[in-house]
Amino acid sequence: MQQLSVKHLLGIKGLTRPDIELIFETADTFKEVLNRPIKKVPSLRDITIANVFFENSTRTRLSFELAQKRLSADVINFSSSSSSVKKGETLLDTVNNILAMKVDMIVMRHSSPGSPHFLAKHISANIVNAGDGTHEHPTQALLDGFSIREKHGEVGGKKVAIIGDILHSRVALSNIFALQKLGAQVMVCGPVTLLPRYIRELGVQVELDVRKALQWCDVANVLRIQLERQQIKYFPSLREYSLYYGINKALLDSLDKEITIMHPGPINRGVELTSDAADSHHSIILNQVENGVAIRMAVLYLLAQSR
Amino acid sequence: MQKRLILDSRLLDIMISRLCQQLIENHHTFSESVMLGLQPRGIFLAERIRQRIKALTNIVVPLGYLDATFYRDDFRRRETPLKPNATRVPFIIENHNVVLIDDVLFTGRTVRAALDAMTAFGRPKKVELLVLIDRKYSRDLPIEPNYVGRHVNSILSQRILVEWKEQGAADDNIWLINP
Repeated sequence: MQQLSVKHLLGIKGLTRPDIELIFETADTFKEVLNRPIKKVPSLRDITIANVFFENSTRTRLSFELAQKRLSADVINFSSSSSSVKKGETLLDTVNNILAMKVDMIVMRHSSPGSPHFLAKHISANIVNAGDGTHEHPTQALLDGFSIREKHGEVGGKKVAIIGDILHSRVALSNIFALQKLGAQVMVCGPVTLLPRYIRELGVQVELDVRKALQWCDVANVLRIQLERQQIKYFPSLREYSLYYGINKALLDSLDKEITIMHPGPINRGVELTSDAADSHHSIILNQVENGVAIRMAVLYLLAQSR
Repeated sequence: MQKRLILDSRLLDIMISRLCQQLIENHHTFSESVMLGLQPRGIFLAERIRQRIKALTNIVVPLGYLDATFYRDDFRRRETPLKPNATRVPFIIENHNVVLIDDVLFTGRTVRAALDAMTAFGRPKKVELLVLIDRKYSRDLPIEPNYVGRHVNSILSQRILVEWKEQGAADDNIWLINP
């Protein structure tokens, strides 16, 4: 019987292609569960999960919490803004105190890249990385891959352009790993100041012209401009960014091809995507949100069996 | 390892006919009845039964596939991970007579989980259980079938192997395996 090759979900880099395919197959069955009159199964009823969020989050946290509740797990929530972290407690002390309350799994978001890897070396509970700084956001990449598979039948052979703030994005890195493992071709597109210097070494194509990127791809995964992570100005103004890299309905219509628009949210409407593009038939943004719950249920379910 | 053939395709065919006659006798026109095949192997028996009922009466009985993996009580207690199968119940079971169909009844735990899984789709009027093989004296729970293909006396260490053509076997065969 197939099982995950990992005990923790720290990043896509550590997963194999069969791992990703197993997660997708399991998510298929959970998607069916989510469309039932009673959307809940008792699989994780003896498991306690702590959602430990050292950084703000709306949809990822809600999506994880809903996934946990749909699986009947006991859930506790922690956010650093209202905790003893403000008093100077270390990450390990905080988590060890949570574990002393007999918690089985930790879902953690942290601003420091590598923090879940550090934690995995010191504690026995399963850890799910819900985003570590600008490093990885594995469940987002999984739900993105799953959404592409749902829309196009398969991910292998598809051309996916990741457009926007690649430099500050953990979604971009996890997406590149996931899409490549599944056999897709990946391009990154954005202002040269927002492209990591060594990005080509990951085997992706680089394009600076958004129109050319859209002409090339089947799927455009448009990323949010992360102003909160930018200590210096990487482009002159949001208005200029939207003029050169913003995607609108007129641009999509002028391409004369079917293209799928994705966005991990939250959208800066009018900056990276205009409303007429975000809400058009090209967009599968809300499908991504729906699939996020099924993917997170699958990850938690599979990790719970690998304990 | 020794294996003994307890049902071949000819006997199986006769047995399925007899089970269908019993279902027809109790459900008449099947106007308020539906069938649920239990994943993974109960669905093959359920499909055969549906086809045979159609051949005998020209009635197409609604048939769904039910997977009880998420409702099992041995999650994280088994050495091998539990991988779910697809559930497909494209009809209403509220106030309907449901026939659960599985190939082998052993401890009764799968049927217990299936009863839980079924209630996620509504509250049926009545539920019956049809199995091809009833392993006697091996029940952990007070669950008994309404329709039985064959009762088999077996000990815990023995195993029943069901081979269906639909799964790629050369012929339908049911074996009793001695370790």
